[in-house]
This record gives sequence, C-alpha cells and structure tokens, in this order.
Amino acid sequence: MDATPKQKWSLFAVSIPVMLWTLIPLFWIFSLAVKPSSIQADGKYVPREITWDNFRLILTGGASDLFLPALRNSIIVCLLATLISVVLAMFCAYAIARLDFPGKKMILLVALGVSFFPVISLVTPLFDLWRNIGLFDTIPGLVIPYLSLTLPLSIWVLSAFFQQIPWEMEQAAQVDGATSWQAFRKVIVPLAAPGVFTTAIITFFTAWNDFVFAISLTSDNARTVPAALAFFTGASQFEQPTGAISAAAVIVTIPVVILVLIFQKRIVAGLTSGAVKG
Amino acid sequence: MSQIQLKEISKVYADGYEAVKKVSMDIADGEFMILVGPSGCGKSTLLRMIVGLEDITSGDLMIDGKRVNELAPRERNLSMVFQNYALYPHLSVYENIAFPLRLNKGGISDEEVKKRVGDAAEMLELNDHLERKPANLSGGQRQRVAMGRAIVRDADAFLFDEPLSNLDAKLRGQMRTEIARMQRRLGVTTVYVTHDQTEAMTLGDRVTVLKKGVVQQIASPRELYEQPVNLFVAGFIGSPPMNFLPARVEDRSLRLPFCEVPFGEEFADKVKGKDLVIVGLRPEFVKDAEIQDPVPGAVEFEADVDVTEWLGNELYAYIPFESDEAVRAKLDELDRDLDGEGMRTQMVVNLEARSRVREGERARFFFDPKLMHVFDPENGDNLTRNEEEAKRIAAESEEDRKRALERAKRKEAEAPA
Repeated sequence: MDATPKQKWSLFAVSIPVMLWTLIPLFWIFSLAVKPSSIQADGKYVPREITWDNFRLILTGGASDLFLPALRNSIIVCLLATLISVVLAMFCAYAIARLDFPGKKMILLVALGVSFFPVISLVTPLFDLWRNIGLFDTIPGLVIPYLSLTLPLSIWVLSAFFQQIPWEMEQAAQVDGATSWQAFRKVIVPLAAPGVFTTAIITFFTAWNDFVFAISLTSDNARTVPAALAFFTGASQFEQPTGAISAAAVIVTIPVVILVLIFQKRIVAGLTSGAVKG
Repeated sequence: MSQIQLKEISKVYADGYEAVKKVSMDIADGEFMILVGPSGCGKSTLLRMIVGLEDITSGDLMIDGKRVNELAPRERNLSMVFQNYALYPHLSVYENIAFPLRLNKGGISDEEVKKRVGDAAEMLELNDHLERKPANLSGGQRQRVAMGRAIVRDADAFLFDEPLSNLDAKLRGQMRTEIARMQRRLGVTTVYVTHDQTEAMTLGDRVTVLKKGVVQQIASPRELYEQPVNLFVAGFIGSPPMNFLPARVEDRSLRLPFCEVPFGEEFADKVKGKDLVIVGLRPEFVKDAEIQDPVPGAVEFEADVDVTEWLGNELYAYIPFESDEAVRAKLDELDRDLDGEGMRTQMVVNLEARSRVREGERARFFFDPKLMHVFDPENGDNLTRNEEEAKRIAAESEEDRKRALERAKRKEAEAPA
C-alpha cells in the first residue's frame, strides 16, 4: 500500500505525541547521566553543564568493578538464552506446525499457561532448588529460568510463522532431492526468518531487562547489569548514585537500540509473497 | 528416460475414504500421459503417489521395472511442477532453478550448474530475469521458473499437477504449446494432471480418464473422441459436450425426440431385450440442411431452435426437448459426475458460421447415423464401440508418437551442441 503524501503527513502528525511520550524519559536518563553530581537535584530537564564523569566512574573508576563484570555476564547470559531458546522453539514449533501427534493441543495450551505464571512466584522455590543443586549464582542458573520464561511465547510465534509457509514449499524441496533436514534448513528456516528474528529479539530483551531472577538467583559471580545497578553506591554515603545508575542505564540501552536497528528490516513479515500464485 | 508402471494402485485415507481404486497403467518411455477427470476423481492423488508425496495403500509402482513404493521422493529422481509453482521466494530465479543441482552433494561443479541453469533459462526464455525474485515475476514467468527447476536436472520423468490452471486463458494456450514443444524436444516421460479437456486432448499421447478413483478409459485423444467406452468418457471429452438423447427401441428403428433412426441386422443384436437406450450425438455431427446437402443415409429432422450463439467461426444452436422419465435419473447422475449444473434438457448443435438458423425459428437439420453412439442406460456402456477401429486408432497414434520422438531426437542430434 502506498500512502499519498497527505496520508504520510497525517501519520507523521499522529506519531509525534507517541514519540515524545516515549523519548522524554530516555532523554531524562541521558540528562541525569551527563549532569555533574552537584546539580543532580536542580530539577532542570536540560543540563546546564555537561560532564562525562559518571561514565568514567562506571567504566574505569570505582564502580567499574561492579559494572564491567555485570555487563559481561549480561551479554553471555542473554546470548546463550536467546540462542538456545530460538533453536528449541524452532524445532518444537516446526513439529507442532507440520506433524499431527497426540497431545499437540496440550503442548500449546501448557505453553500458554506457563507464560501466565507470575515470575515472582517461581523465584523462591528456584532459589532453594538452585542452592541445593549448585546452580545458584552461575550462568546456567540464569539461562534456564530465562528459557522457561521465553520459550512459550517463542513457540507460539514461530509455529504461527511455520503454519503460514505452504506445505508445497517443502514438498517441492523433497521432490527436488532434498532430505527432510535440507528442506527444513534451506527452505523452511529462511522463509521463517522474520519469525526467527522476532522471537530472538523478544527473548533477548526479556533476558536483558530481567531484574527479579537476576537479583534473586545470583550473588557476585553471575550478577547481570539490572541487578548490579541496585548495588551502586554514591561516592560518599551522603551522595545518591543517581548519575552512575543513569550512565549505566544509557550504556545498556545501546545494544538494544543497535539490535533493533539491525533487525527491523528482517522483522518485516510477508517474505513468503511470490512463493505461490500472486 | 524411463517407463512407469502402475499395478493395481489404491489409496485409502485414514478416514476410510478410497480416493484411488486399483489403477493400473503402463507409461512408455518418452510418452506424454494425461490424467484427467472432474474434481475429486483422484487424479492428483495418483500423481502424488507416483512422485512419493502420498503413501501407496496397496499395489506396486514400478519405475524401469524396479519397485519404488517405499522410496522417499528424493530417491525416485522424478521432477514435479506444482499447481501453485511452489517457488522458493527467498531465492533468485537463478538459485531457484539451481536448487536441485545444489542439493546434489559434491557432484556438480559451479561451472556445470551455471551451464545447466543457463541452458534451461535459454529454453524457457528466462535469461533476462535470472537475478529477480519470484515475487517480482508475472504468472507466466513464475510458471516457467517452476518448469526450469524441473528440467534442470536429469530427472527420469516430469510430473505436472495442473500447471496452467492459475494462468489466464491466453497465456494458458501459449504455455500449453510450450510444454508440448519442451516435452518433445527432451523426450522425457511425462505425467500431466489436468481437469481441462482441451489440455488433455492437445498435449497427451494417451489420456487416462478417471471417475471417482476408477480408470474409465486409457487411450489416445482420438480414440477417446471417436470410440469412448462409456457414457462418462463420451460426456467428458469434447466441447461443447456430446448430446445425450433418450431413444425408444422399436422394431427396426430407434425413436429419438426429434426423429426416427433405422438400424440394421447387426445392431439389432446389441439392443436386443432393451426398450430404452441413450443416444450420444456430438454437436458437430449435426448439420444445417439448408446450406448443405444431406449425405447418403443421413437422417433428417425438423426442430425448434431456442437460442443461438454466433461465435464468428461457428454457430451454436440450442434445441430443447422432453427427456424420457426412464433415463432422466441416469442422465442427471452423469451430469453430476461431470460437475454439471443439472441444467435443462437441450441439444446443442455446432453449425457452420454461415448458417441462417436463428433463435425462435424452426429449422431443418441432418446427421449421419453412423457417427452416432448408443449407450446402455443401465451401466453406461457404449454399445456401438468398434473394437477393431479402436485398435487401429491406438496403433496409429503409437506410431505417430514414435515418429515424433524420433524426429525430436534427430533434431537434437543435428543441432550444434
């Protein structure tokens, strides 16, 4: 659908308030991050003075011991959780979309039910269990709960995508000489790519932003950024760590923005158009 | 190159529905076989069983004398063109055509792939579109890409599943001749499923007519047209379709709605004991007596014309008649089998364009009773089928086919490689 210039401008006009609504808090965080600590509480939205002290503090200064390992943990945990979740969800969703087996509905319903559970109700038993079996404060100890959190949604999204891909695609591949695995890898997965990227991004964000699991199931070794931020302290006990926290928040937002910019084109659905008659 | 044999192949679905019932046929090397029938006759199921996308419930499928029932599609070395083309939308036209070659592990070098895709693209006039994605192609171009993907590797046979049904009428005609040319040139055994009888008649060396999963007749298009074995085949082949008229058997003649047709000694035996038969008369066998002198032995009659349709090269005239109650049920059933609409009983005649027959007027017609078919109203069998003539036509078409193949091979050999 091509919008006329008039439609484009009216869409633009409508989106301005939405953009402001979402961007104002972001600018606020940025402004706090670059304000010197003396004027943190001056109540001005636009900083009078700009300083990079807060960034220096968390990257090379006193808070770097807390922040940098947490950043590393965050990256490792999120990438692992995303990778495993997407691969598992892909196989599961493919089976659900293509095969007729008893209990198929059951799996989908259970997956949906699981995603309704309030996260906080899982934390206490997990904390106990993890301490007993030695997963407390380890990277797998975080990856596993993230999987359980993100798999249901991933399976639902991906099975919807797989179901849209015409059966004939795969049959054509088989007739062309592909094994089932080849047909899956060379035809089905590329066609489901928008779905795969969507689930990957959802999974990554869920894990990246999680606070509840991160603060309850880790101590010093596997703490991720959202949890680590809670342990920031000011330069003295009379100072609030607001500036440092804001600076850290700005830094952890950067990978998220980059991810969205890279993948926004891939997320566009409708790749299957042209496969079958127009 | 290979021959395909079907021996009593049946398909029963999990819910007990029997889609294909004991179908047997031999498809010769290089032959163009058509599977045709109204929707739901099991023709596509049969094709999918040959290619291996559908399990065979019972019977044997042999390719070059080897039983292949249990082989996966990729092990059968057949290629197929799907009704909706099933192109890979994420790949360019070049990669779509090259796809089967790329799967061949280690066997084919990039240069060989390039050459073969180039050849196929050349043949199908796709050279200008190789870098485009299927989404940006027209229907006919997509169709050609699907064919390119089928011919690029040395498959033992080509299978087509209603490949032209998504194209508009003009393109369909063009692609039809394109397919015929390609098949002759490559000389590859081909099985082609269609519900369009024009495609069946023009493309096929032989045509298999199916009804509700049962083979009605396997014969050359000419034999189907001239010597159909039963009411169903007669009604299915030909356009406009054959007229079926109820006829009372009298002492030495058949009483039709418009006229009386005398018959000889030989015929009397065939209709002995029956007092009602169904007469099949093709629209083109009826002539306008005003502009043409009746042939010797012709039967003349007068009838009221209800509607006429002038098409430039011919004229259709519709003549209503009262159907006999006794055959009504049979003809209605036939109509349903042929996906008909249960329309009024009328006779269509296909006259010359210069005919002056006009609607609402009474006109004089004649036809040659020798061309008329007579069917048993009980089981639909054709009582006038001439087995010897049928054999002669079959032998002739087989000869034609071999000659055409040979000619194609000679041409191929002569052409600079």
